[in-house]
Amino acid sequence: MNGTYLDFERPLQKIVQRIEELRYIATSEDLELHDEIGKLEKKLIRLREDIYRKITPYQRVQLARHPNRPYSLDYINTVFEDFLELHGDRQFRDDPSIVAGWARFEGKPVMVISQQKGRDTKEKLYRNFGMAHPEGYRKALRLMKMAEKFSRPIITLIDTPGAYPGIGAEERGQAEAIARNLREMAMLKTPLVAVIIGEGGSGGALALGVGNRVLIMENAIYSVISPEGCASILWRDDGEKEKSAVALKLDAASLKEFGVIDEIIPEPNGGAHSDFSSAAESLSMVLAKHLKQLSRLSPEELVKQRTEKYSRMGEFEE
Amino acid sequence: MAWFRKEKRGLKIQPKKTIPDDLWIKCDTCGEILYKKELEKNLMVCPRCGHHYGISPEEYINILFDKGTFSENDREIKSLDPLKFVDRMKYADRLDKAVKTTGKNEAVVVGEGLIDGIRVQFGAMDFSFIGGSMGSVVGEKIARATRRAIDRRQGLIIVSRSGGARMMEGIFSLMQMAKTSACLGRMHEEGLPYISILVHPTTGGVTASYSMLGDINIAEPGALIGFAGPRVIKQTIRQDLPEGFQRAEFLLEHGMLDMIVLRSKMREHVIQLLHFMLD
Repeated sequence: MNGTYLDFERPLQKIVQRIEELRYIATSEDLELHDEIGKLEKKLIRLREDIYRKITPYQRVQLARHPNRPYSLDYINTVFEDFLELHGDRQFRDDPSIVAGWARFEGKPVMVISQQKGRDTKEKLYRNFGMAHPEGYRKALRLMKMAEKFSRPIITLIDTPGAYPGIGAEERGQAEAIARNLREMAMLKTPLVAVIIGEGGSGGALALGVGNRVLIMENAIYSVISPEGCASILWRDDGEKEKSAVALKLDAASLKEFGVIDEIIPEPNGGAHSDFSSAAESLSMVLAKHLKQLSRLSPEELVKQRTEKYSRMGEFEE
Repeated sequence: MAWFRKEKRGLKIQPKKTIPDDLWIKCDTCGEILYKKELEKNLMVCPRCGHHYGISPEEYINILFDKGTFSENDREIKSLDPLKFVDRMKYADRLDKAVKTTGKNEAVVVGEGLIDGIRVQFGAMDFSFIGGSMGSVVGEKIARATRRAIDRRQGLIIVSRSGGARMMEGIFSLMQMAKTSACLGRMHEEGLPYISILVHPTTGGVTASYSMLGDINIAEPGALIGFAGPRVIKQTIRQDLPEGFQRAEFLLEHGMLDMIVLRSKMREHVIQLLHFMLD
């Protein structure tokens, strides 16, 4: 595990560094340190389990935003084969915060539509930190319609702080773009599986998230508002983000309990960022199961299942 | 020796102007002193500058429907506070307080009635109830009105006026965007007309779902309509926003609205549109 450590991950960092040191010494000075290293590795696993068991809702938010976390392109390159990116909304421009195109999943053609945050500063700026403009959502819709035309399943990978709040975005109808996606996604005559892999930021996430199945990675979040935004409105103090993260119940387990999420995709011990390939394998397995289930439904049944699923959402009494 | 000291200056915080129960009121926009009864007769639109004051769902019903034909549906649906949400106060208490102070059950009134003899399903949002925010109840009521329109093959009219999703209902409030839009998707395929009327202010999750999905999108003059609130945008881009940004006129210019209609002409336009689409 290289790179950034979150505050609560610091104790892990020390052990990882010590293990690396010992490994270096072992090879360079030809010493027998297997036992020593083995002990530390066991300690690392135990400590990880310990830390992750006691994780707070806000720490979960930090994990979902972890700078080392696998992003959409990391999954696209491991879970899928032959990815061929398609560009543009045919109206205004290509939005690089949405990466989409044809790919194969277990040999079969699918349409993948994803949100990409960007790893380094340069890519972050290029991807606009994963915040789409209206043209991004319109590109997504264009490609969903294409998938429908050729009866291919759609898989969306969601990872965004939210739809971009800017002047151009408003001028070009951010609200209209999202609203249209919600309406059109509900009516698609092809299977749609949405996977929240990191940050599920409000309407900007939902605009790719109206699926027959909605899956979430264990340490991902999905919320109507960021804990910071919620704290600054309701507590009038964005320092209260820990409290608002608790109140919002934005973690995978709560969302599953609410029926908003169909299945939680387990992450390796230490989070998806500690082991990309095992996170990808896990996603791949759960995705395969749901795609198989959906492949048995007719186009009409798919629309019915999806619209009825969303019709039931809400908690009220009469 | 204190008489020559400068009086302390600084910005004085003035209480937000509301419309008092007095006989005379001062227009927020142009400063004109208006006789309140005159303003009411003018549908709460300033006769001098044309400023449209916010009005209640009941007033829109009076303006739009044939006299005495409207009947309310689903009045008794109440929120269940699924997150047991607590911020500085309990959401449950916030709801009770809103019910007491407004005399309403929720932030939308739905029902049906006749407009020029044409039966339509209707919804109008109430900004006085927790900022017209959309939680499970608003979503369900809008969804039911839409389903009734589909089942009975009628048109649908919704007057939106909302701060957006109700964050105290967390993910459930977000899901109402999908729920209402999915219902409108079915309505769209059934070939039935939906007129969306957007009034000041309409932002967030309500704009980004049913408000922007009208076959016809109409706004009142000067209405603030947007996805993100102006404050959020200003914080994000760290620049001043252009004059008139996110106002109805700006949206019309950018192709997001079919028309801007004065409140006094709203019924006339709705009637014309319903005949064009339904006759």
